[in-house]
Amino acid sequence: MAVTFVRKEMLPQQPPPSSQVGPVRWVRENLLSSPLNIFLTLAAIYVIYVIIDHVGPWLMNSVWNAGSLAECRQILAGESGACFAVINDRWRQLLYGFYPSDMYWRPNLAMVLLLVAVAPVLFDKLPRKMIWFSAVYPFIAFWLLWGGSLWLPLAVIAGFAIGYAVFRGLSPMTNGALAVIAGALAALIWWFVAAAAVSDVLQSVIPLGIAAVPSREFGGFMLSIIIGVTGIALSLPLGIMLALGRKSDMPLIKMICVGFIEFIRGVPLITLLFTASLLLNYFLPPGTNFDIILRVIIMVTLFAAAYMAEVIRGGLAALPRGQYEAADALGLDYWKAQRLIIMPQALKISIPGIVNTFIGLFKDTTLVVFIGLLDPIGLSNAIRADSNWNGIYWELFIFIGACFFIFCFGMSRYSMYLERRLKTDHR
Amino acid sequence: MKKSVFLGTLSLTALVAGFASAATLDDVKARGTLNCGVSTGVNGFSAPDSNGVWQGFDVAICRAVAAAVLGDPMKVNFITTTGQTRFSALASGEIDMLARNTTWTFSRDTDLKFTFAGVNYYDGQGFMVKKELGVSSAKELDGATVCIQTGTTTELNLADYFKSNNMKYEPVPIETNAEAQQQYLAGACDVYTTDASGLAATRATFADAENHIVLPEIISKEPLGPLVRQGDDQWADIARWTLNALIAAEEYGVTSANIEELAKGTENPEINRLLGTEGELGAMIGLDKDWAKRAIKAGGNYGEIFAATIGEATPIGLARGLNAQWTQGGLMYSPPFR
Amino acid sequence: MATMPDVRKDGFRLSMLLYDTRYRSITLQVIFLVLFAAAAWWLIHNTVENLKALGKDFSFGFLTVRSGYDINQRLIEYSSDSPHWRAFLVGLLNTLLLAALSCVTATVVGVLAGVLRLSKNWLVARLMTVYVETFRNIPLLIWILLIFAIMTESMPAPNAFRGENPASSMLLFDSIAVTNRGVYVPEPLFTRSLGNLDLGVFLVSWDLLVIIAVLLACVLANRALRKNAETVQNATGVRPVTWWKSLLIFLVPLAALKFALGFHLGLPELKGFNFAGGTHLRNSLIAMWFALTVYTGAFIAETVRAGILAISRGQSEAAAALGLRPGRIMSLVILPQALRVIIPPMISQYLNITKNTSLALAVGYMDIRSTLGGITINQTGRELEGMLLMMLTYLVISLVISMAMNLYNSSVKLKER
Repeated sequence: MAVTFVRKEMLPQQPPPSSQVGPVRWVRENLLSSPLNIFLTLAAIYVIYVIIDHVGPWLMNSVWNAGSLAECRQILAGESGACFAVINDRWRQLLYGFYPSDMYWRPNLAMVLLLVAVAPVLFDKLPRKMIWFSAVYPFIAFWLLWGGSLWLPLAVIAGFAIGYAVFRGLSPMTNGALAVIAGALAALIWWFVAAAAVSDVLQSVIPLGIAAVPSREFGGFMLSIIIGVTGIALSLPLGIMLALGRKSDMPLIKMICVGFIEFIRGVPLITLLFTASLLLNYFLPPGTNFDIILRVIIMVTLFAAAYMAEVIRGGLAALPRGQYEAADALGLDYWKAQRLIIMPQALKISIPGIVNTFIGLFKDTTLVVFIGLLDPIGLSNAIRADSNWNGIYWELFIFIGACFFIFCFGMSRYSMYLERRLKTDHR
Repeated sequence: MKKSVFLGTLSLTALVAGFASAATLDDVKARGTLNCGVSTGVNGFSAPDSNGVWQGFDVAICRAVAAAVLGDPMKVNFITTTGQTRFSALASGEIDMLARNTTWTFSRDTDLKFTFAGVNYYDGQGFMVKKELGVSSAKELDGATVCIQTGTTTELNLADYFKSNNMKYEPVPIETNAEAQQQYLAGACDVYTTDASGLAATRATFADAENHIVLPEIISKEPLGPLVRQGDDQWADIARWTLNALIAAEEYGVTSANIEELAKGTENPEINRLLGTEGELGAMIGLDKDWAKRAIKAGGNYGEIFAATIGEATPIGLARGLNAQWTQGGLMYSPPFR
Repeated sequence: MATMPDVRKDGFRLSMLLYDTRYRSITLQVIFLVLFAAAAWWLIHNTVENLKALGKDFSFGFLTVRSGYDINQRLIEYSSDSPHWRAFLVGLLNTLLLAALSCVTATVVGVLAGVLRLSKNWLVARLMTVYVETFRNIPLLIWILLIFAIMTESMPAPNAFRGENPASSMLLFDSIAVTNRGVYVPEPLFTRSLGNLDLGVFLVSWDLLVIIAVLLACVLANRALRKNAETVQNATGVRPVTWWKSLLIFLVPLAALKFALGFHLGLPELKGFNFAGGTHLRNSLIAMWFALTVYTGAFIAETVRAGILAISRGQSEAAAALGLRPGRIMSLVILPQALRVIIPPMISQYLNITKNTSLALAVGYMDIRSTLGGITINQTGRELEGMLLMMLTYLVISLVISMAMNLYNSSVKLKER
């Protein structure tokens, strides 16, 4: 009997075949796994090639230092190339509009403080006390951007203090609702009757302030950010009210809220902006006239409020019924239940939606160009009306588009991160 | 909830500051700045430079009025308006005067309730075509594609012109001059039509200006001028006579260079009255006697402004044409200062 | 309120309006109503005062005045002699056309991109991510302007088709011309046309109606045929061959119709300054259409992706276990289920498209916002009436779309038993 071969020792481990490792395998599995995939890969490569072939040389040839388009053309000497000198010349205008250049620190500071102010809202690991700064921030920002007397924002804040004092003073004597109403009335009376006068008097006694900048000077991205941020900040309380109104069991209030939300969501923003620019003067008492940027902010706020209401309604709907029932079982009244149980949770769920609404709103601020405001696109028209830069096109839009992209992309990443985190929270 | 009240306060302060009374002059003086409506950018007429300072022919009128009323040509708030928002802005009191290439027409003067302060530029709608089309008259444009800027009188003129000449055309409405220019250069339209001044200004910035011609036909009268609200005659007078002062100054040879000299008194009583060394003309329109002197010093007389912003020495290179003094065969004619 | 069962007999006190939960909501609503009415009255009063001060009245009479301006793209008869209401109608039809076209293509692009973004092909998935992120994060207005400019710059002018050795030539046997003024495609012409049906406001071609009627009849006949085949199959187990009958049902009437109406194609040809003949799809329409498609497509892609990811893996594994191919799994198992998740956000995307058509002015597309809300308001100075009319129109369009989509949504919704 022949002795069959019996292996005594293990063979050394072989490396996997070259088609199964490293880049080759990756390419095979990810790019060439089926005929359709091969086709898609080739198509994708072609698309990338076409884009690079068309845009590449033009970008590589850019001119960054020139005083005018004619100079650019001279430097390029007939070759195709971008003339980014216009950005070099005008980037300040595109970012700040006509804001006095020696005061750029003010919008810059306001922007930095904005980040600080929203931080406690966006990241819940930060100390809760910081929320007080967020509450005061609007006044700081207003004062920094528009300048003028410091007494005015202080007088407005004083209104809150007065309202609160009245509320505290009355609440032992009478019941809660009346105290709230009295407090609100006191604050309103203060604001509409006394605040302006008192701040004027204080200003004349102790001048305290920085140079005022009229909103006419605002422009560029600063304007977009102001409109977007104020619109969202102001629309939040309004949106909460509308969402609650829509869920309310009082038919009249529900009807009005639904009507408002559906009306705003049914018409394009541009018609609302035209209303701000052309019609608002008809609706206000004869002779009233106020700043177009404020009018735009008001309309944008109303617009965003309707969308915000829907986002928050989603948050309210996502909350388990048990939460409502638990709040009732504790004997909390409607407002206490909303304030202590429902809203904190519903708002937390809604934050990604709110951020998305903000991104949408921020992009939509470009529409103000149609009513003659100088946002980045409006400024691009104005810049092209200068003899030096007449005829320039792509460079400006690429710059504006890139700025928008950075801003919106960052925010959308953040909202995705939040969504992921919230998901794990609820599982 | 705190923030919504913040809005209330914002608008409150604006309301306090913004109640417009009947007398625009008092408003402007109280405010310390002139709110002047300009376009969002027309080459040579109004555009911000790289320092954010507005420059141009229409802008100069605003500055002259500000200098006359407030004593400082820089005390102007330039408020950008589009073709669509300009009249609302003026009617609502958002702006005190509008200097935005606006054509003086019957219905604007009467139905829309404005008062035109005069004409600072006599224009007319023209056509620009590429030379290679071989077109020498607008009558040969049957079937052409025409780029027009929308929101102005040009689209009405264009419709009328082609209809009355029994020709067909394809309108391509465009929002801004810059877009229209791009469309035209790329050949998306055969013809670009707008005011002849705008055509010349646009053509001047082309890389190959010699390949484009402006056709001889001018199909409309477009007297462009600053306008104010109806019903405030004093303010209308100020705007009108500031413009006239600039025109008259050119006629009498008063320039920004020699105005200090002439203001000490001259042999010509008309110049003396204009510059306030004789008579009380300023008081009649509610200003001091140096008003015209300041207006002229702001940017020079009409001729100087023209030369500095849109004249032949500038890239825009417009000839005076109809806008020369009446003594030079033009239409610029100021009523006497008396 | 007398019928209300009241246990307490101590009568009604005024403070109960505020403290008694039975009355409080009524009190609040009455207060609210009064405030609301006061605000509305205040606004209307101000408007009346302001109109009086301006010497204007509130009337829609301007709609019957001669408009005086031309519109390039008109789906119905219109000239500068037509009244403003007709210009409004032309604009409205243009808005609807653009919105309808964009909704269809955006859905196609969005679904494709959403599916491809989940593709195993690394390159394609990355490319789709780049597409979605770039379009979602840059304002639509910029895209519209850029796409319009790219089309103007990269397509040949009609001039390029001229001469002995033209720089460009027409496509598909000289039937389609792609220029930077738009695309000219052949138009259907009828030598024995049946004329038009006059509906008072606009004309409808009898030819079109007849063709639609014949097509509808064909479809119905075909359905009957298939139903019959089904019955036969159920009864005998053998399905009769129907494909050639179907073909006949469609081809014969259409061929007869083509002959009867004398149908032929009108080809575009270069005449004078422009191409004449054919149907002209203007650049402004194409740019708006394309921009709305790719912009909204990016949003729809995200919705579709989320919808697909929401379907549990077990579904696709079960389908794979049944032996379905990957493409089939997607179209037969995953997408139908994902549809239920996708449709509600899709409604709002369609609404967004409709509302975003109002940006058409940026490229000079004459939609309702450019005709009524632009030139008409500008020439007549009737901003109050014009804006109200325009808002109302958009509102009605939006409500109709959301109603239709909600109906569809409830028809595909998972029927819970």
